[in-house]
Amino acid sequence: MTAPHLETARPTTPGTELGTPATDVPANTVAAGPGVEHAVGRLEEIAMGEGRAFVAGGVQVAVFRLRDGSLHATQAACPHAGGPLADGQTDVDVLVCPLHLYAYAWSDGSSTSGAAPIRLFPVREQDGTLLVTV
Amino acid sequence: MTTILGGRPEGLTSLSLGDDEFDTRARLVVVGNGMAGARFVEEVLERGGGEQFRITVFGDEPHGNYNRIMLSPVLAGESHEDEIVLNSHDWYDDNGIHLRAGVRVERADTAAKVVYGSDGSATPYDHLVLATGSYSFIPPMTGIRTGDGGLLPGVYGFRTIDETRAMLAATDSCERAVVMGGGLLGLEAARALQGHGLQVELVHAMPWLMNAQLDAEAGAILKKSVESLGITVHLGAMAGEVLGTEHVEGVLLKDGRRLDCDLLVVAAGVRPHSDVAVRSGLEVERAVIVDDQLRTDDPDIYAIGECAQHRGSVYGLVAPAWEHAKVLADVLTGTDPGAEYHGSRTATKLKVAGVDVAVMGVSTPERDDDEFLVISEPRRGVHLSVVIREDKLVGATLLGDTRKVAYLTQAFDRGTPLPEERIRLLVDLSDGAEEVGVAEMPADSQVCNCNGVSKGDICGAVADGCGSVGAVMDRTRAGKGCGSCKSLVKQIVEWAADGEVTEDASASWYVPGIPMAKPELMAAIREQDLRSVSSVFAALAPGGKDDAKSKMGLTSLLRMIWGSEYEQENDAKFINDRVHGNIQRDGTFSVVPQIKGGVTTPAQLRKIADVAEKYEVPMVKITGGQRIDLLGVRKEDLPDMWNDLGMPSGYAYGKSFRTVKTCVGSDFCRFGLGDSTQLGIDLETRFQGIESPAKMKLAVVGCPRNCAEAYVKDIGVVAIGNGKWEVYVGGAAGATIRKGDLLATVDSPEAVIELSGRFMQYYRENANWLERTYDFVPRIGLEKIKQVLLEDSEGICADLDAGMQRSIDAYTDPWGQDAAEPATPGQFRTSLPLVDLPKVPVR
Repeated sequence: MTAPHLETARPTTPGTELGTPATDVPANTVAAGPGVEHAVGRLEEIAMGEGRAFVAGGVQVAVFRLRDGSLHATQAACPHAGGPLADGQTDVDVLVCPLHLYAYAWSDGSSTSGAAPIRLFPVREQDGTLLVTV
Repeated sequence: MTTILGGRPEGLTSLSLGDDEFDTRARLVVVGNGMAGARFVEEVLERGGGEQFRITVFGDEPHGNYNRIMLSPVLAGESHEDEIVLNSHDWYDDNGIHLRAGVRVERADTAAKVVYGSDGSATPYDHLVLATGSYSFIPPMTGIRTGDGGLLPGVYGFRTIDETRAMLAATDSCERAVVMGGGLLGLEAARALQGHGLQVELVHAMPWLMNAQLDAEAGAILKKSVESLGITVHLGAMAGEVLGTEHVEGVLLKDGRRLDCDLLVVAAGVRPHSDVAVRSGLEVERAVIVDDQLRTDDPDIYAIGECAQHRGSVYGLVAPAWEHAKVLADVLTGTDPGAEYHGSRTATKLKVAGVDVAVMGVSTPERDDDEFLVISEPRRGVHLSVVIREDKLVGATLLGDTRKVAYLTQAFDRGTPLPEERIRLLVDLSDGAEEVGVAEMPADSQVCNCNGVSKGDICGAVADGCGSVGAVMDRTRAGKGCGSCKSLVKQIVEWAADGEVTEDASASWYVPGIPMAKPELMAAIREQDLRSVSSVFAALAPGGKDDAKSKMGLTSLLRMIWGSEYEQENDAKFINDRVHGNIQRDGTFSVVPQIKGGVTTPAQLRKIADVAEKYEVPMVKITGGQRIDLLGVRKEDLPDMWNDLGMPSGYAYGKSFRTVKTCVGSDFCRFGLGDSTQLGIDLETRFQGIESPAKMKLAVVGCPRNCAEAYVKDIGVVAIGNGKWEVYVGGAAGATIRKGDLLATVDSPEAVIELSGRFMQYYRENANWLERTYDFVPRIGLEKIKQVLLEDSEGICADLDAGMQRSIDAYTDPWGQDAAEPATPGQFRTSLPLVDLPKVPVR
């Protein structure tokens, strides 16, 4: 990101570095091993069939509420280019990232299009509260 | 009883009425039902010859017509014999052709104009076509024939399906095979038999393999490749005697060596089958002599294929035979009574014994000043050579590496200029000069030599909607001869289809998750009153299963069908349509307010400037569509920004009507012939936000100087003076560049708006998902579109207008609507809560 035409540009948003692409967003920094369950929000915060992003124990996660009633939680940023997975589209088998349409299987997080896999987190609902284990 | 290849189920017979004396059609009799004869009949039928002629075909073999070239793969067990059937008995019947399979013609009485068959029949003719082909040459050797003149058991020629079947059956019980003949057929037979586990020895009388096509050096390299397969090769070896009395036991070479075997294949070349012609008193030299119209010395008798000798040449390849068939069909049916055949430049590409070989023209220099370039890599089994005469390519031989064959074939066929550095003919030097890929091949360069199919024909088939390699091959016949060009055909299809090649029926589906074409799907949606995407999946998808990649297309379709009665489900929309902005690489969005016709005001500009500052927009950019783009906006900021802007959405994110570019038209421009600016604004006002199979970009210009690029828009409108406007459709200036087709010239802005709306609705109802107008218009055909939209040939114009009106009535500005009340909870929440957006460059 050292294109000469950018050198005179001045960041107008505080804390924004010049020319940082989304790929530089830090990847998952979740330690392996048994996780801790966090209450991240309410079920009704997620529109039917969509995903919303939350923070669980300092980790950003995307939680999806499918039309068949199932819940899924994944890392929030796509491993391919940092796309916001919560903005993706879903079906019973896969989640599709909105940026380049890479698809990931709910069953194991593997990519059906040749990208690195995504991390899945256990998620459940109790009395309307969403619980994600990170 | 032998199975009849391409035969009919047992018991099925057809009634033949014989010669109907009231039938006034001329009698066309074809002797020979092989590659040439059957193709000739096909060509005649294609030219409507079924009306002109009563056609009778005599075939020596009892079978339908099969692809003789493919006998090698059958012998090798790679193809089943059913796969090589070209025309079954039913085909002849269906086309009203009297097939006399298994009847050999003995001779013709040219005075009485009658042919006599081996079954004692006499068949009168008006036109007689000899397509008797060739037969395997069996050299006179002691012991090769039994007392009755037949071949000693265990000895086979390799020419017919029956011989192939017999050899296949023999492979079970035999262990050692000797193949006589190191030409193409011999090599193929040797490899096939070796593949069945037999120990194979190849005996070739000449000093190198394939001596008719290759020079000595190339032949030597081929020998190494063949030997590496485990086949023993004896060169310069003549077999003098066949051993064995009841069954073949071996051959005795003239140098005294004895080769034991229990299977002997004689592939020592073929000879033209000219005895019918000889017995009929026609002029025969090496084969039946014909003129440029394939006519023998008898004016009503013709000869084509391998039995014909034209200007001294007798061909042993299928391509010339099929050229003969075409020319003669032109002549006889009167399609082109002056059609002439002037000889073939034969270029062959084949795989022999697992080695790629391509040969064209001469193999060695013949004159003192011929240039000869050879690259020989015996270790890799590669040998390449070219012969150049007077700056033209007159011959090339490629062995083991045929990557340059497309380029060389062009140079050979057309005499195109050759590179100064001749080595570039054979290798790609690493200075960035690319080898001729399919993209660079001229449209008229021939891809399938057997069927004479060009790159342009293949591209045309793809443009006509052939979405798979198989469909293209069915349509054009490319790759249906020897099959050696199949991979090239595939590459071209993929290139022509822009990577969107499908192997199956799903090509015709509107979206991948529902197995229905668009018309069928639309009918089902209406019939079952399905108003939401989830209900469409539940009712029409296999197992009721939803499919992420189908949702966007279904949302668009439902909105088009139901207008305001469509049941919105935000999860069925792409993120752009959920939040009415175009998602950027960091997860921020771009905001493009509507600026109709590219005409704005100081007040609007001031507002846009204020908003850009207030929300610290990283970049403000003038778009190609004459609008202003605010890039890098956080999702959370969208509703507030829209409120502050107070302008409607410009739909710069959707598969929808986008924008209308205009020039300054007659109000300002001294050349302007019409008020293009106002018409652009009116078009955008009427059709704003209309969803469609793919985006629609429009332009209106005030004169043919085309300042706003109307000629390359989905719909482009051009003022031509006297109040007249031209309406172009199907233009493009993106990844594809295409000038639009002139749909009509109309005489008022109102007529432009009506016709544009009608075209857009026709496109919306009939285009495939993501099919731009530049594909749609050529696919449907401009003439058809004109008939439907201008002459109302299908009586649907009123429906189209009503459908468009329904969508226009359903329009609401999504920004105004969702800024006032979010469509879903958390509609504008960030999806990367721990990331400080924007991450795109800020300027």
